[in-house]
Amino acid sequence: MNQKNNFWELIKGLFKENPIFCLVLGLCPFLAVSTSLDNAIGMGAAATFVLVASNVIISLIRKKVPNKIRIPIFIVVIASFVTMASLFMQAYLPALNKALGIYVPLIVVNCIILGRAEAFASKNNTLSSFLDGLGMGIGFTLSLLLISLIREFLGTGSLKLFGITLINIPMQPAMIFILPAGALLVMGLLLALFAHIRNKKYEVKE
Amino acid sequence: MENLLAIIIGAIFVNNFILTRFLGLCPFFGVSKKTKPAVGMGLAVIFVLTLASMATWLAYNFILVPLNIQYLQIIVFILVIATLVQFVELFLKKANPILYKALGIYLPLITTNCAVLGVALLNVQEDYSFIAAVVFGLSAGVGFLLALLLMSGIRERLELSKLPKAFDGLPIAFIVAALMSMAFLAFSGMIR
Repeated sequence: MNQKNNFWELIKGLFKENPIFCLVLGLCPFLAVSTSLDNAIGMGAAATFVLVASNVIISLIRKKVPNKIRIPIFIVVIASFVTMASLFMQAYLPALNKALGIYVPLIVVNCIILGRAEAFASKNNTLSSFLDGLGMGIGFTLSLLLISLIREFLGTGSLKLFGITLINIPMQPAMIFILPAGALLVMGLLLALFAHIRNKKYEVKE
Repeated sequence: MENLLAIIIGAIFVNNFILTRFLGLCPFFGVSKKTKPAVGMGLAVIFVLTLASMATWLAYNFILVPLNIQYLQIIVFILVIATLVQFVELFLKKANPILYKALGIYLPLITTNCAVLGVALLNVQEDYSFIAAVVFGLSAGVGFLLALLLMSGIRERLELSKLPKAFDGLPIAFIVAALMSMAFLAFSGMIR
């Protein structure tokens, strides 16, 4: 039973409570950096690290934190981990850091992270908080990869991963998908698709 | 002077905070269903962005730079912003209850808005002077209000029109935003 619960904590972030498509949280960095697969992986990894680390720390200190000032304390914990992630990127991955720009420090105000800290880590034990953070992080990364895949492919006609070209189709690329408008368009269409699937499911049940 | 004009036009039209930088999307989709709350939210954002630009600029240049601890900027900025918003809320409650009533409920929401932290970080990144930073904060807020107002006008009309079921609510809002973003692309040639 317990084993099953832990597995559920991990898996729910992927589909049922996917932070992007079901909860529609944390959109700002999500749309801004989804122009290429490299950016998506970098941003996803940074956000997952912060989510897992802050979830673990917050669940460890949850009984010591006075209820009234819990939000500022959570924010300071999160901001510390974001600073670490940002300094790490500046030192070892300068190109990625430049591509992501101000969106790395902006992970701090990503609603997903504070949301999970407040809704989950402050009420549950460390193991499930760890799994929750990991699941949510992976869900975030996968959604980011999905939208980047669509945008990079349609916008440039090719797919690159760490400098290696995966697919290259000689076509006139639709520039609009790389531009900000493309992010909103793809996101709107994906949300509509998921809503459609959900509606279908309910109809079948009824 | 010309420089300031470039900052104003840039922040309102060319690099509109919502439509090209994607900062502050949560309130943009959350509060854009009706025009009236949209105006309240927009004004509150202008107010907070301007004050936050001032406060974070001062904190960065007079505390972090002299002490050589710029790497703490994320933590310091977020604390300064959170404190500032709380303080503004308390102050308005006492000093100007009418304004408080109009803006009050939006203020706490703004603390965790990426636009506010974004403006602080961009001020540092672009190395703006104090005046430029304040002007940038103000015009970013005006750009936010403009986008929010246009969006809420469109969404009020959308309520009355028939949509495919899957597009109801958020999906169509994103597509409307995409079309607005395309329209704003036309401004991109205005400044270099």
